[in-house]
Amino acid sequence: MLHVARLARLEIPEDQIEHVQAELGAILEAVGKVSELDLKGVEPTSHPLDLVNVWGEDEPRPSLSREDALANAPDPADGAFRVPAVGS
Amino acid sequence: MLEWEPVIGLEIHVQLKTRTKMFCRCENVWGEEENTRTCPICLAHPGTLPVANRTAIEWAIKLGLALGCEIAPRALFHRKHYFYPDLPKGYQISQYDVPLASGGRFVLPTAEGDREIGIVRAHLEEDAAKTIHVGGSAGRIAGAEYSLVDFNRGGTPLVEVVSEPDVRSPDEARRFLQLLRRTVVELEISDAEMEKGSLRCDANVSLREVGESGFRTKTELKNMNSFKFVADGITAELERQRDIYEGGGEVVQETLHYDPSTGSVAPLRSKEYADDYRYFPEPDLVPVEPPAGMVEAARAEIGELPGARIRRLEAEVGFDLAEGLVSGGRDRLFEEVPGDRRAVANVLMNQFAALSIDPAQVNAAELGKLIEARETLPRSTFAEALMATGDPDFRADSYLVEVAISDFDELDPVLDRVIAANEAQVTSFKAGKEGVLGYLVGQVMRETQGKANPKVVNERLREKLGA
Repeated sequence: MLHVARLARLEIPEDQIEHVQAELGAILEAVGKVSELDLKGVEPTSHPLDLVNVWGEDEPRPSLSREDALANAPDPADGAFRVPAVGS
Repeated sequence: MLEWEPVIGLEIHVQLKTRTKMFCRCENVWGEEENTRTCPICLAHPGTLPVANRTAIEWAIKLGLALGCEIAPRALFHRKHYFYPDLPKGYQISQYDVPLASGGRFVLPTAEGDREIGIVRAHLEEDAAKTIHVGGSAGRIAGAEYSLVDFNRGGTPLVEVVSEPDVRSPDEARRFLQLLRRTVVELEISDAEMEKGSLRCDANVSLREVGESGFRTKTELKNMNSFKFVADGITAELERQRDIYEGGGEVVQETLHYDPSTGSVAPLRSKEYADDYRYFPEPDLVPVEPPAGMVEAARAEIGELPGARIRRLEAEVGFDLAEGLVSGGRDRLFEEVPGDRRAVANVLMNQFAALSIDPAQVNAAELGKLIEARETLPRSTFAEALMATGDPDFRADSYLVEVAISDFDELDPVLDRVIAANEAQVTSFKAGKEGVLGYLVGQVMRETQGKANPKVVNERLREKLGA
């Protein structure tokens, strides 16, 4: 459970680990009910719509201005999104 | 002494030169001002939805077919999850268990016969944004103060080609990559320039004893951004692994970074790349079922492949020149230029290759005329004329008026001076050192400012030295 939490960047306080673990277990159990069914020959559904080949033509459309693109950036610099140093 | 066998597989990323990105219609361009080609989709604003680029799908199919792959009747996009600032959604849209193309093979001609390199798959995905590390040493991750992210590249289409571990030497890896590059350039789906990052190569490297079956632990080698570095990086890693085994140790599975300035490999700082990407089908994109018409149209656009052309030209000019011409993109010009096959091939691979002239711009008939006359021309004139062949109006005749000095009355005094001034070289030539003659010819060429006919000088020198 902590592994999954770490991958998802979720911080779980020590005193809640047990509680979250129980909830997650209940969810897995509920989903696990599906495996009780006989699903031989049933294709996994990856999409609710019965559609294939939805695509767009390779024709450019206008992009955002740089100002707009960076408008929500907490700490822009030099026309870019500035982020804390990674990996160091 | 144990004999070791390298086992190498390549993962090659080809950036497609579609006009727009993979899942939005922002322009796909290189070298523009940072963050001027973005939109709510490629910046991953909430509520936005990706729309696949039809051309990118067609081109991935085309590359798959050129690599001898089967095209999937039904392919899916998957989400590959990891956190990194260059990936705003927190996942990359890629392909997982049902890629567009799989199960191919690449035929790599060698002087000793064909080598076959299996192609596991070729799949479509979106590129991450470009991150520039500021502070620390020269843009490297280690020690950086902060990072700047440019999303112009974020979301541009990539085809990832994964080979089987069939490559057996660093040189073979380089040649495979070069010929694959030629293939994608000719398919007109990518610029495939390693220095610009539109062609990238990682290598999975391991060693085993000759005769050993199965594979040993492999390492993944990254950051080899030229053909030479691919060969050098793999060589360095193979040596490192050999030293470990011969010292009684074990190779650890890890990702390594090749540093061309020191020629060594070092572990990459962990990006916390837990190899746990939690792939699942991308619910925002429907499956791709390539229509037969799309696949056949792509197949029809594939011309004679580079490997086949090397084999065809080999009969005329030998393997090395044939491979050089094809890999360098000069074989079509070669086939159009009239004249002695080896002479034409040699000029194209040597003097011409150094000039970075676009072969498509060259008037082949005029170039042939020039090459035929090259021995009667002063070297400097020939070089000058060759440089002018990139001009569509180039005419060989305007250079052929200058004739190299072949007249003994003019040459003899120079030859005599050179012979007198180089006693030591003359003695060693007479003692059988053939190579010295080239030096003496060079001296004559210098004295005549390149205007002498080297062939005549060569013969006349031999006469004078009594050889």
